[in-house]
Amino acid sequence: MSAVERISFDHAELLRFITAGSVDDGKSTLIGRLLHDSKSIFEDQLSSITHTTRKRGMEGVDLSLLTDGLQAEREQGITIDVAYRYFATPKRKFIIADTPGHEQYTRNMVTGASTANLAIILIDARKGVLIQSRRHAYLASLVGIPHLVVAVNKMDLVGYSRDVFERICKDFAAFAEGLKLNNIAYIPMSALNGDMVVERGDKLDWYEGVALMDLLENVPIDHDINLEDFRFPVQLVCRPQTEELHDFRGYMGRVESGFIDVSDEVTVLPSGLTSRIKEIVTYDGSVDQAVAPQSVTLTIEDHLDVSRGDMLVKTGGELPYVTKEFEAMVCWLSEQSLDPRRKYLIKHTTRVVKALVARIDYRVDINTLNHLPADTLRMNDIGRVALKMHQPLVCDPYQRNHATGSFIVIDEINNNTVAAGMICMAKD
Amino acid sequence: MNTILSDVQEFITPVPGSIMKGEPIATKPVARQLGHLDALESEAIHILREVAAECTNPALLFSGGKDSIVLLRLAEKAFRPGRFPFPLLHVDTGHNFPEVIEFRDHRAKQLGERLIVRSMEDSILQGRVVLRSEYQSRNAFQSVTLLDAIAEFRFDACIGGARRDEEKARAKERIFSFRDEFGQWDPKNQRPELWDIYNTRVHPGENIRVFPISNWTELDVWEYIAREGLEVPHIYFAHTRDVIRRGNGLLPVSRLVQLQEGEKTENLMVRFRTVGDMSCTCPVESTAVSVEEIIAETAITRITERGATRMDDQTSDASMELRKKEGYF
Repeated sequence: MSAVERISFDHAELLRFITAGSVDDGKSTLIGRLLHDSKSIFEDQLSSITHTTRKRGMEGVDLSLLTDGLQAEREQGITIDVAYRYFATPKRKFIIADTPGHEQYTRNMVTGASTANLAIILIDARKGVLIQSRRHAYLASLVGIPHLVVAVNKMDLVGYSRDVFERICKDFAAFAEGLKLNNIAYIPMSALNGDMVVERGDKLDWYEGVALMDLLENVPIDHDINLEDFRFPVQLVCRPQTEELHDFRGYMGRVESGFIDVSDEVTVLPSGLTSRIKEIVTYDGSVDQAVAPQSVTLTIEDHLDVSRGDMLVKTGGELPYVTKEFEAMVCWLSEQSLDPRRKYLIKHTTRVVKALVARIDYRVDINTLNHLPADTLRMNDIGRVALKMHQPLVCDPYQRNHATGSFIVIDEINNNTVAAGMICMAKD
Repeated sequence: MNTILSDVQEFITPVPGSIMKGEPIATKPVARQLGHLDALESEAIHILREVAAECTNPALLFSGGKDSIVLLRLAEKAFRPGRFPFPLLHVDTGHNFPEVIEFRDHRAKQLGERLIVRSMEDSILQGRVVLRSEYQSRNAFQSVTLLDAIAEFRFDACIGGARRDEEKARAKERIFSFRDEFGQWDPKNQRPELWDIYNTRVHPGENIRVFPISNWTELDVWEYIAREGLEVPHIYFAHTRDVIRRGNGLLPVSRLVQLQEGEKTENLMVRFRTVGDMSCTCPVESTAVSVEEIIAETAITRITERGATRMDDQTSDASMELRKKEGYF
């Protein structure tokens, strides 16, 4: 057995992003180009897709085949599910959630978007801002993706025209303003020829911004999670009850947002009892501070009744709501439509409670953003609902805190995840 | 435009005092942005703790290979100073490298955790697995023994070290992957997985496969092994070994590999990138004798882990997908 000495590593950051667009926009080609030009494609993958390209009677290498996954998809030439891809540069490690862009797959985009720092919305330069682009922008704003890149692709097919690019930017910006989306970067590119993806190329000299890869490597992401409000949902209580750890009672969980120092006063919710942090325990020894998204074990000064589902928050800070009622935007994910007569389960942080849909305010037409009256929500529908819970949840508005503002809805009978929800407003 | 957007505006309106994008925060901690290994580690610990909290009777699949070695360290980080809330389970194909089996037992003992071994030899003796020949790869047949073990111990969750970068069917796998009562994976009917909220619910007889290192790459695994100073079996490091060239790969000479017409034995400096079934796990030529050298090699390698090392994955484009549908992990 060989042990190795400890060596230090560069701390590369992790950036998760999604790509939204249909095959026609060149989404697969863009991903293929990012992987290819960052030298993340392996020889055996390349030889396999070269082989398939030829089998389909085409020339060269179709980079879009790289993102083909399952047999059923290859047979039908479509993407049916979110696929995850990985690549790294010396600066960052990247996780791509590759989501299909068809209308019926809103649920896939919401799924991919839920963990993303950044979204790339692809627009075909020949077609401009389509209904579909608006839909992608709306979903990005709904899920609160911190950074947005509008990739105006296929610039080679419009003669690399600056006018075309600027008109598309203007159209998109007008729409995005209504969504309160800021932090949008616009990049003209040709994924096919590799212009402005990893390399700048020599056709877009009039464009003064950065190439896509440059942006992906440098966009600041350290404020993407809430570092203000300490939220620590308890996952497990650790009581080894061994001789040397007879009285040890550790609360295991992840700092979902904010940070905490030893001796800070904390409030346990929903009970409202308070104590101080005694120790922040990790496998590698005790530490003075824990920061989101670290997983740690906390001990407190007093013997309080704390169990899974409880949340520790910093006393004196902005407090979350403890509530049995809230309003939320919900994306319905299941083929079985919402049935307002039924009870559902809600999993929120580490709590699972029974809930009723008390009211459906409206459903959003995601093409026009109009509100439509609704008595149910079908798969891929997004709507605003009021929920009543059997037991209180400790939550924040999603806009303030994604970790404590999000939940999933589970069908109690077949155990499927049927909806994803984002809390808008809670009642005290 | 304003009227139709009212819901969005209401929804998007920032809460007073909330963090707007890019603005400096007064109360910002002395903090550091976590590095990618820290972020991946924390995600995996969170997943393991969810399994422990919500599943009735989980097990952790431990083969002695590098990915499950990483899983064990993550379990230590998740549950110490307590004990693991699950036993370790190994499905022994009878085609494992002896060094790896030795390492498996050594590591389980070192941790003081319970190891359950279920062997494919038994499945063969019971007539549950029928092979054409002794030399055939047993990789695909592990599913039978695994599903039998799941039934025997009534496991409702099996934690495995599979990664999404390994293979394109794995790229679409959930972290909590639901299997029906036949252990089957239905790629078209997976539960959506949002944020870090995992649905762990199953009916009796069904189970969940859990992959805490889904988002890790081969390079991440080696960097983590180096950072944590983890021991791995010898055969991951370069050593001289008798091999034969077959197809695009090298095959280690053992009782399971017979020379075919025109093949000859060569003695080469090689290492294994994966340690699976001896009859189909191919070593690669290498001079890397330390973890650092393996990292250097992995960082510039041009062939995927499975492409280089698994003959059974090269049979067809969908080999892994088909095996997974039948209950493979």
